[in-house]
Amino acid sequence: MHRFANPARFLRLARWLTLPCLVAGIVITAAALAWGLFSAPADYLQGDSVRILYLHVPAAWLGMWGWGAIATASFVELVWRHPLAAIGARAAAVPGAFYTALCLATGSLWGRPAWGAWWVWDGRLTSMLVLLFLYFAYMALADAAGRDGDGTSRIPAIFGLVGAVNIPIIHFSVIWWNSLHQPPSISMGKSAMADDFLYPLLVSVVGFTLIFAGVVLARMRAILAESQAEARLRRKAMSEDIA
Amino acid sequence: MREALDHWDYVISAYVLGVIGTTVLIGWAWLTMRRAEARRDRARDK
Repeated sequence: MHRFANPARFLRLARWLTLPCLVAGIVITAAALAWGLFSAPADYLQGDSVRILYLHVPAAWLGMWGWGAIATASFVELVWRHPLAAIGARAAAVPGAFYTALCLATGSLWGRPAWGAWWVWDGRLTSMLVLLFLYFAYMALADAAGRDGDGTSRIPAIFGLVGAVNIPIIHFSVIWWNSLHQPPSISMGKSAMADDFLYPLLVSVVGFTLIFAGVVLARMRAILAESQAEARLRRKAMSEDIA
Repeated sequence: MREALDHWDYVISAYVLGVIGTTVLIGWAWLTMRRAEARRDRARDK
């Protein structure tokens, strides 16, 4: 990990990986969504609305993994002061917030035919909405730290770590409290799902994860390039002032 | 009386939202990256 903390080395790897991640992600996701939409069977209880699963579940996982990435990078930033960790955390915020919002929107569209309600204030839905607000707060803090500070503020990293408390709450909410939301169908090495639903879901998760990785790499390259351009322009302005 | 719902309306709405949203996300990330790298290269050339 320390090897890739060097921005130049990371950039060489990121330039090589960004486009393949995005292209492979788009192809695999398109195939998985077509599979889920046209080939996978309808559920005997939920009917065709079960097809929302192939969007909703990857979006939910990526929303949670996005914050997991922020928390891990924040820990690395606070403990080892790796400059790339802070950039990685900031890069994961927008795609993480997007997939959390997509999870809430697709969940609402699924809830209407399945439960007869667009929204219920139960543990799972509320903790997921809290996650979206945490993303907004993190983005505002990171933006303020970059704009007003000298780039060394640790406040976004501390917030990223503290906000991780919400991830186990989201995961266990359907076990701890009564909920319309079903309990997890997939856990470590076990699945209660029929293969007809499971395989397109796993392919969809792989596709969306590759897209997420490609977007995070592109965001990291953009943030690095912006800071390098700023530094160069500042150095140039200082040398002109001295001259 | 139970309301008759066409599930496909909800499925198509979810897929349209997901596909358009993901396309916008990829396009935005790619364009901001290209613009930032072009700006860095211009700053290097100055």
